[in-house]
Amino acid sequence: MNIIQKIGLGIFIIGLAIFTLVPGMESYDLSADSITLPNEYHQAAFQKAAESTGLFSQQYTSTFALTDALKETFASAQSAINTQVESSGIPDGVQEWDYKLGDWKFKEYFKPEMFRDASVGPVSSNPYLYLLLTVGLGLLGGLLYILPKFTDIPGIKNNGIFHSPMTRGLSVGWRTFALGATVIGILFYGMSYMDKQWFWPGITAMVMGIITFMVFYVQKSMKNNPSRSASPYGVSAWLGIITGIYLVGFYILLYWAPQHITGWIVMVSPVSEMLNGGPASQWFLYGFLYTIIILVMGVRMMSKYRHNRYQLIRTGSVMFFQTAFAFLIPQILQLLNQPSMDFKNIWPLNYTFFFDWNINSLLESGGLGIFMLVWGIVLVVVAVPVITYLYGKRWYCSWVCGCGGLAETLGDPYRQLSDKSLRAWKYERFIIHGVLAFAVIMTGMTLYTYFSGVSQIGFISTGNVQKWYGFFIGAGFSGVVGTGFYPLMGNRVWCRFGCPLAAYLGLVQRFKSRFRITTNGSQCISCGNCSTHCEMGIDVRSYAQKGQDIVRSSCVGCGVCAAVCPRGVLRLENSGEDVNERAFTERAIHISEDQVTLL
Amino acid sequence: MHIAIIGNGISGITAARWLRKLSDHKITVISGEGEEFFSRTALMYIYMGHMRLEDTQPYEKWFWKKNRIDIKKGWVETVDFKGKNLEFHDGEKMPYDKLIIACGSKPNKFGWPGQDLDGVHGMYTLQDLEAMERHSTGLEQAVIVGGGLIGIEMAEMFHSRHIPVKFLVRESKYWNAVLPDEESDMVTRHIRENGIDLRLETELKEIWGEKVSGKAQMIITNKGEKIKCGFVGLTAGVSPNTEFLNHTDLEMSRGIMVNEYLETNIPDVYAIGDCAKQRNPKPGRRPLEAVWYTGKMQGETVAYNICGKKVGYDPGIWFNSAKFFEIEYQVYGDLQAKLPETQSTIYWEHADGRKSVRINYHTESGRIAGFNLMGVRYRHEVCEKWIAENTHVEEVLQNLGLANFDPEFYKEYEQEVIDVYNKQSGKNLQLKQRRGLSAVLRFLRKKTAL
Repeated sequence: MNIIQKIGLGIFIIGLAIFTLVPGMESYDLSADSITLPNEYHQAAFQKAAESTGLFSQQYTSTFALTDALKETFASAQSAINTQVESSGIPDGVQEWDYKLGDWKFKEYFKPEMFRDASVGPVSSNPYLYLLLTVGLGLLGGLLYILPKFTDIPGIKNNGIFHSPMTRGLSVGWRTFALGATVIGILFYGMSYMDKQWFWPGITAMVMGIITFMVFYVQKSMKNNPSRSASPYGVSAWLGIITGIYLVGFYILLYWAPQHITGWIVMVSPVSEMLNGGPASQWFLYGFLYTIIILVMGVRMMSKYRHNRYQLIRTGSVMFFQTAFAFLIPQILQLLNQPSMDFKNIWPLNYTFFFDWNINSLLESGGLGIFMLVWGIVLVVVAVPVITYLYGKRWYCSWVCGCGGLAETLGDPYRQLSDKSLRAWKYERFIIHGVLAFAVIMTGMTLYTYFSGVSQIGFISTGNVQKWYGFFIGAGFSGVVGTGFYPLMGNRVWCRFGCPLAAYLGLVQRFKSRFRITTNGSQCISCGNCSTHCEMGIDVRSYAQKGQDIVRSSCVGCGVCAAVCPRGVLRLENSGEDVNERAFTERAIHISEDQVTLL
Repeated sequence: MHIAIIGNGISGITAARWLRKLSDHKITVISGEGEEFFSRTALMYIYMGHMRLEDTQPYEKWFWKKNRIDIKKGWVETVDFKGKNLEFHDGEKMPYDKLIIACGSKPNKFGWPGQDLDGVHGMYTLQDLEAMERHSTGLEQAVIVGGGLIGIEMAEMFHSRHIPVKFLVRESKYWNAVLPDEESDMVTRHIRENGIDLRLETELKEIWGEKVSGKAQMIITNKGEKIKCGFVGLTAGVSPNTEFLNHTDLEMSRGIMVNEYLETNIPDVYAIGDCAKQRNPKPGRRPLEAVWYTGKMQGETVAYNICGKKVGYDPGIWFNSAKFFEIEYQVYGDLQAKLPETQSTIYWEHADGRKSVRINYHTESGRIAGFNLMGVRYRHEVCEKWIAENTHVEEVLQNLGLANFDPEFYKEYEQEVIDVYNKQSGKNLQLKQRRGLSAVLRFLRKKTAL
């Protein structure tokens, strides 16, 4: 590390520290007219309760204090209504559930936007200054750290990744503990998220239990113990653990408590005004940070692999698709009052595409809306099978997709932490295809409900299935675990174990695609660089040392195995010739059977 | 039948795997070095932090039990060939019915004064790696002696930890006994641009150590220069690690002598890999080739022979590979450092000085002899087929795209290589076949009458 890089790292840490402090800097001031509840009884009760609790007469120094005050006022309004019901009953012509103020209404009535609009303090008065001190310093520091790498001699630079406390990973026991604790936490929170219905967390826990049983006993992983760990280092990867906790925390706040990151939302609001004409939401904040991270870490990826044109072009591609398709075009559409759409986000990854509100909004938006609807369906039905047949699933997963884009840029330092054991592969197949089945069933129910108007199938309501999918898969799996676990389980946790689109693309790739990785005759020295640096946890070496071509549903075609191979053994190729013979039968490397019988 | 294998390197393990594929015999693999098979060629990456020891192990721990290959950790002290018994360092004995000796090599030491001091090591075993690790803390200067493949690996290892290296090479260019001049120059330049202090035509004379600790402290070169250093790497080649078999009936002559079926002079005893020396090597081949690939081939061959399917060891057409810092190296066929008088050469080098292609052919007949690639990847199977079929150089050149194995979007240099030939011969050949797998597979499928 030279002096410029050290300065860069210092600046980055300062930027990150200020960024972390920003949500705590604001105060919150609610005015009476800023709250208009859509239900007149609730509005009246709440305003009256607010007078007694003094909700509007106080400035709150944190989002937590404001939440507490809102809860107190809400509870007071609730009991006022209940007393009213007991003394004089429900007014004629009003349903009980319309009149009474249910607990679930709290989340519905008090949205993060309210916190944003109530925010007062240094950040909302100087958003640009804080943007400069956080994202600006982060950018500057990051680039100062990355750019000097361009002066190195081009070539593979993985020196010290298993020595660094940032990238060396956790032993399998600690990793299982971290994952288990996170999943259990999500399931418990899921109970309250589903309004105290234990059914959904319960059935999910049961499915996880069945999968573990299948993997350990039916598929004999128990016998095949101990599994090869992704890292034997105990908990010495302390920087990685801190990073993981930070990311997990970020996602939990983003998805389930965005009011507490109001400071960040306020900070990026002027950028949002500029791009789409409206104030920022937590999703704008997320998209903004996501794009900047992909751009900066994309530059890092390019510095690392600049001897490899495949990597340069591929990284350029994910940077472009994130910036243009995922970030800018939806903003512009919003500015033009059109339905916003990420044109490269494909169902079932984009699991809300067939939700009634989306279909209705597209149908109501004239020609462009219809085009979007058709485009989305064509992507699923035509583009995925055809392009995957021609080039493999990489065309999407490591060239276009946003999740893949983040994994290939921010996640690149952690790619070696994916678990290569056979047991992990068994888990992977059950889980990813399980999620695909869940997505298909959920969407099937959605469409059934959309066309028939029946919102209940058996005892299960479509709305609840959608809600649980969005909570557990859409937020918990893809975000909290999928990205939060980068430093603990590698950078493709979501893509490998969870993404239903990856499962669909993978089925095409495995059974009907020209794409494969070929191995170069007998040149493999079994060193293990390819397997170690495979983010999808494919044991590439096991194929390479047998001279077999590699056809695997999970391969995202990032090309890093070929890049890190010290002997030039691997190549990503598109050709359907002889694929069965070369990939699926073991190719005796040296002695053929005819040779033996001849003697 | 109990088959014991001494050594769990690539040769011994390949033998064990093929024995299991072909038979149901009891198999025991014995090693004192480590519990499990790891890729020796990947040792450097453990030190450099690219991988951990676990990552260099191609099979998971349960693999051995599942395939009923017993692993025994221990050093064999001697072998009682008459009683068919192995005697271990700790006095334990193990009977066998057939024995495969695959005990590998050890770094050469040429009787330098001080060669056994603390801090003087080769780079061959796990123990060597541990020693390097131990001596690296606070190390201010390392000296490496011997300009081969291990020497440059060791230089790269220390370089990755920013430890200054002085690299002593006897020849006037790096690895010039194997690489032709231009390639040798290229690697020599590359070593220096990486900041290694390369001392050509320099040999080790003696190593001085501290009196009390017995730790290496300084070396003296043949030019009388004194270099202070805390570590001396000895990488001047390897020789068979067969000392424990001295004074037995096993016939040895700087290696265990084997016939083409890899049988030694003692019945039921076979030798493979780095320690096995061919009595009658194939034309153009050395009797002892200490490389990964031949070890692997011998392991497979010996398994067939033990299982009653006799097959002679045939290493086929020579190939090898290595990596010099950032420059990958591949060689196919007969490619001498000094061009034989009967051969001609086509040499193309990229302007960046880190890529080159060399194609040698027999001047008279025009048939292809060999390929030497630096920083460019060629397909093994294609090159091998061209060489095996005595293909004419002009046909090779016009179809050169078939051989290209560089990643997608890499610039293709085939026409530039052809232009070198055109310039030399006054002809005007054009590239007919560009890079691409379909054409390659059609080419490989095609059976040509020899």
